[in-house]
Amino acid sequence: MVELVWLVPTLPLLGFCLLLVAGRVFGEPRAGWIATAAAATSFVVTLVVFVGLLGKDGHAGERSYEFILFDWLPAGSLKVEAGFLVDPLSITMALFVTGVGALIHLYSIGYMHGDPKYSKFFLYLNLFLFSMLMLVFGNNLVVTFLGWEGVGACSYFLISFWHQKESAATAGKKAFVTNRVGDWGFMIATFAIWSALGTVTYTEIANSPAMSAATGTAVSLLLFVAAAGKSAQLPLYVWLPDAMEGPTPVSAMVHAATMVTSGVYLLVRMNNVLTEDALLIIAVIGAATALFAALCAVAQHDIKKVLAYSTISQLGYMFLAIGSGAYVAAIFHVITHAFFKALLFLGSGSVIHGMHDEQDMRKMGALRAAMPITAATFIVGWLAIAGVPPFSGFWSKDEILLAAWEQKNIGPLLWAVGLITAFLTAYYMSRQVILVFFGEQRWEEDVNPHESTWTMTTPLCVLAGAAIVGGAINLPLVKDWLILEHFLEPIFHHPHHFSSGTTTKIVLAIVSVAAGLVGISIATLSWLMRRIPTESLEPELLENAMYVDATYARVVGGVGTTGFQKTADFDAEIVDGTINGVGRLVMKLGQLIQPTQSGYMRNYAVGVAVGALAIVVVLAWGLLL
Amino acid sequence: MEITTGWYLVLGALLFVIGGTGLLIRRNPLVMLMCVELMLNGVNLSFVAFARQLDDIGGQTVVFFVLVVAAAEVVVGLGLLVAILRRQPGATADDLSALRG
Repeated sequence: MVELVWLVPTLPLLGFCLLLVAGRVFGEPRAGWIATAAAATSFVVTLVVFVGLLGKDGHAGERSYEFILFDWLPAGSLKVEAGFLVDPLSITMALFVTGVGALIHLYSIGYMHGDPKYSKFFLYLNLFLFSMLMLVFGNNLVVTFLGWEGVGACSYFLISFWHQKESAATAGKKAFVTNRVGDWGFMIATFAIWSALGTVTYTEIANSPAMSAATGTAVSLLLFVAAAGKSAQLPLYVWLPDAMEGPTPVSAMVHAATMVTSGVYLLVRMNNVLTEDALLIIAVIGAATALFAALCAVAQHDIKKVLAYSTISQLGYMFLAIGSGAYVAAIFHVITHAFFKALLFLGSGSVIHGMHDEQDMRKMGALRAAMPITAATFIVGWLAIAGVPPFSGFWSKDEILLAAWEQKNIGPLLWAVGLITAFLTAYYMSRQVILVFFGEQRWEEDVNPHESTWTMTTPLCVLAGAAIVGGAINLPLVKDWLILEHFLEPIFHHPHHFSSGTTTKIVLAIVSVAAGLVGISIATLSWLMRRIPTESLEPELLENAMYVDATYARVVGGVGTTGFQKTADFDAEIVDGTINGVGRLVMKLGQLIQPTQSGYMRNYAVGVAVGALAIVVVLAWGLLL
Repeated sequence: MEITTGWYLVLGALLFVIGGTGLLIRRNPLVMLMCVELMLNGVNLSFVAFARQLDDIGGQTVVFFVLVVAAAEVVVGLGLLVAILRRQPGATADDLSALRG
């Protein structure tokens, strides 16, 4: 059954091809159903492959199956195959990518209703799903890079899907350019790994001897640059808040649940090459990103911007987990985050849809009566992300905080940052829920908000269910309940084990839950009961994301542009000038000797004769001497 | 009087000089082409004479190649000449300087 893996990316590719050829013929809603069917069948096939993989013995090393399609780049000692690798890590990723992906396809059928480019949207979604699955299933860095670039391109297409809007077109470009910085890191890392180990295939990299400390750290950091670009970490996060210009299902799928987790996937996949020094840097940047983005989310007014910064913050958590060596915790959080963040985004989409494209939370409020299903599921997502037990977010976040606590060098500091982030997360999510669904009504009567159709509410309900029970895949305290950890164990050379005792674990969990509850209480007091003045809670500094983006714009627009212009001038004047100068010199010389070419046969004949005579004379001279 | 190799060499040199002079002083392209043939055959004669004296088949082999190349050259040369004279009847070598730099 594992052999069916090739079908998983092929089905969305087929859907893409079908819509490319005949998307307009199918029209609405058939194009959407075709794309959804492709994604859903892909999920079913992934399940079949998963069951097949479960049938093998994990501890005997049998749960790693390579499916080679063909030799892709046979170039000397570099051999790159187009192949898939099915192992616990890739199948875990693929399960939620196709699962959440299929739900979001279904949701889009309702959300994109009436859009003039209806079929094109689903075409991009299917292409994205195909690229993402190539990224996840690729058995070497180059195939993963193919998917990596594919999701980058699809992300660009989808962010600027409404490209007649200037802001959407710019946001797409920004995402693309920022991601290129990360891609640079990916490429250099691939080259370095190949020159150091002579292979780019994952299974061979995992079994290679360790690289020298310097090379290993350099490769790790380059991989982290790649991951920081795709997964929106400091300082490359700037594209993600702007990416909210895309349609909401895109934000849910591409910029919350799947694509942005590919950086986490890459680092976990390459866990055998990451060095201690690099891990420390990753942990610090992850924690800094988590805190920074959570602070920014506190003062946003756009319903999607809050979720965007929240996504960056949660991704920071995942990198904090990786940096602390707790790869399983990172993947665990990737999965639970995929559930509750997709849920929150789809919920916000449902709100925006019901409010007729209103995104400002200041013009919402008291919507729970008008859209009960959306409100109920959104509240589930809120409790999950706020870390309230027993919702899924609590379990994964708690594991990350525990891993941070046990980090060897600066553990308590990382834990404290994580805890503050948890508090802020609970606060800003509560603020959002209150502003949107509770409190006083701040919209005009003629807006007439309404609940969305069943194609939109079904995914919400399914995801809400997953967000509630998602934590069950890795429950702590009882060893046999750590299903995910045992499943993923074969891919790590040195599996991470928590050293803390049960008491420490429970105390830490209580502290983090308390932090979350304090956040919720403060939000309730200030935004619902209005006991705390709310003006001071939205400082301008945070509303503008600490002016990082503006600073980037000023630097790149000012000094940067001058620098680029200087470089262009240098190229035009010095580099081109040298080359053109050589050309001009040759032309001048040619003009000098041009008259000798008279075109008359006789002149040439005389030349030959004189030359021949000269040779004779020289030879004769030599002989005489 | 015995005819030694030297005689052949002198004859070859004479043919070469006559051809060379003709190439330089004549203007009729057809005659110039014939002069080139004369020069080639002067050299051929020297080759054969040496081959005979040194008892070395190499010289005659070279002559064979020269003959083949000369035949090819005449084909091209005459073809060009016919084409040129068709466009410019009675053209001399002095009229033809289209390849001036």
